[in-house]
Amino acid sequence: MTLIDKDIIANKRSGRQTRNSILKWLFFLCTMFGLMVLIMLIADTVADGWDSLDMEFLTNFNSSRAESAGFYGAIIGSLWLMVVTAPVAIVLSVGTALYLEEYAPKNKFTEFIKINISNLAGVPSVVFGLLGLAMFVRALALGNSVLAAGLTLALMILPVIVVASQEAIRTVPASVREASIGMGATKWQTVSKIILPAAIPGIITGIILALSRALGETAPLVVIGVPTTLLVTPNSFLDSFQAMPMQIYSWVKMPNEEFQYIAAAGIIIMLVVLLLMNSAAIFIRNKFSKRY
Amino acid sequence: MAELKNVQVNKQDTVDNKETESSSIIQTDKKVVFEAKNFNLWYGDNHALQDINLTFHENDINAIIGPSGCGKSTFVKSMNRMTELVPIVRTEGNIEFRGDDIFKSGMSVEELRTRVGMVFQKPNPFPKSIYDNVAYGPRVHGIKKKSILDEVVEKSLRSASIWDEVKDRLNDNAYGLSGGQQQRICIARTLAVEPEVILMDEPTSALDPISTTKIEDLMQELKKDYSIIIVTHNMQQAARVSDRTSFFYQGYVVESDDTNVIFENPNDKRTEDYVSGRFG
Repeated sequence: MTLIDKDIIANKRSGRQTRNSILKWLFFLCTMFGLMVLIMLIADTVADGWDSLDMEFLTNFNSSRAESAGFYGAIIGSLWLMVVTAPVAIVLSVGTALYLEEYAPKNKFTEFIKINISNLAGVPSVVFGLLGLAMFVRALALGNSVLAAGLTLALMILPVIVVASQEAIRTVPASVREASIGMGATKWQTVSKIILPAAIPGIITGIILALSRALGETAPLVVIGVPTTLLVTPNSFLDSFQAMPMQIYSWVKMPNEEFQYIAAAGIIIMLVVLLLMNSAAIFIRNKFSKRY
Repeated sequence: MAELKNVQVNKQDTVDNKETESSSIIQTDKKVVFEAKNFNLWYGDNHALQDINLTFHENDINAIIGPSGCGKSTFVKSMNRMTELVPIVRTEGNIEFRGDDIFKSGMSVEELRTRVGMVFQKPNPFPKSIYDNVAYGPRVHGIKKKSILDEVVEKSLRSASIWDEVKDRLNDNAYGLSGGQQQRICIARTLAVEPEVILMDEPTSALDPISTTKIEDLMQELKKDYSIIIVTHNMQQAARVSDRTSFFYQGYVVESDDTNVIFENPNDKRTEDYVSGRFG
């Protein structure tokens, strides 16, 4: 007398196996869908922009005539922007992450700060643009300068780097911290000699991904009022500047169809820069991450 | 009511222990390194250590035994104030290290932890080279000169009897070593700052028998220069290596005496039951 009817099991078997293979193919198609769209997007952009991509495009300023419009001002402007955004964002966010994970007392208030910083990472970029407009452009009277926009973008990516750094710091096991503290090392010696070296690959990965987001972000720059046609590059952090995503956005809006090709060329340049940055992040993560 | 009675009995026991220990000071004439006086510790509401009175002497291996959760690890971690890393810990009473209360204000934890080194339960080398692991302590304390560091590293690795196994690969990552080797690297790392006391929190519980034997032999060598306090839940190990043994149970010291007394002729029924393997 058995409780399990072997016939039922035999009858059900082929159905289970069929469902299994159907779902496998379904999931595969889901994966392919995203990939195909991405490939089509890139192919379309490259097809549109390829002919406009030449040395002149890289060395000319923007122009009202499509054939002589270039990306030079935007490339240099974006570089200036990163020179402000990167150090400000890195110092503030790694400092925050170290304080929250290593120094802050473990209590409800610290938990509250941590949750709020994670939530901040989900705030839309246009909101950060409004914050920058009110605080840096108007209240501090920085105008639509490199400094104002750079600080705005730094605030925008701050929570992203904080969260990535916190996660990297948390992967360093408590036992290793105890070993260092147990030898009479101070907190800072433990942080600088043990925790940061172990967490740095994760932190750098977070920084690069956040910076590539800042580089491609348009909305805050629109709100701040970054100009689209300037015939000079900035000489100081208080000068106006152009930026790559802003330039592309302005070209796309142009009625003249010629400018669509120029915009595509700009997108190619920006994609190349972003892909290089992301590759660097992946490379660093794989090459230097330590396993415990 | 029964529990209350138990508590009183325990207190009586600890007083007795102190008396027997005072007499043994006269016999052995060894200097006292550590002395706990009515030491209590709470994790939040959990009264984990209750009225601990214990004395530890120089150049002794002191074993602390007891069933899981009896407070033995907590006690050794109190001795170099590592328990302070747990935010909810509260203490009362004192622990004196060479006559100084370790909890008094003005006592530097960094200095205490330098003079009272610790070896942990699981090998926890830094993700660095073997050399950098051992040189870490001296470097932290400001010793930069390569020639001195070289000497310290060699001396410490020799003392931890692992020099011959690693001398040709000092620049390899310590994570590439076996568990037993890693633990001896950790011991070498502790020795490198030349502490006076070494606290060992179940140092062999994660190791195979051969590595365990090596570390036990090593302890016999080390006791010539250091005082060792070792927590172990392995009674055979306590019997093999230690001079003095303290039996902890539910946060109390039930009995503390010479190791052969504890294992062969204990005063307390619970000690006898534990060392004979009837519980724990």
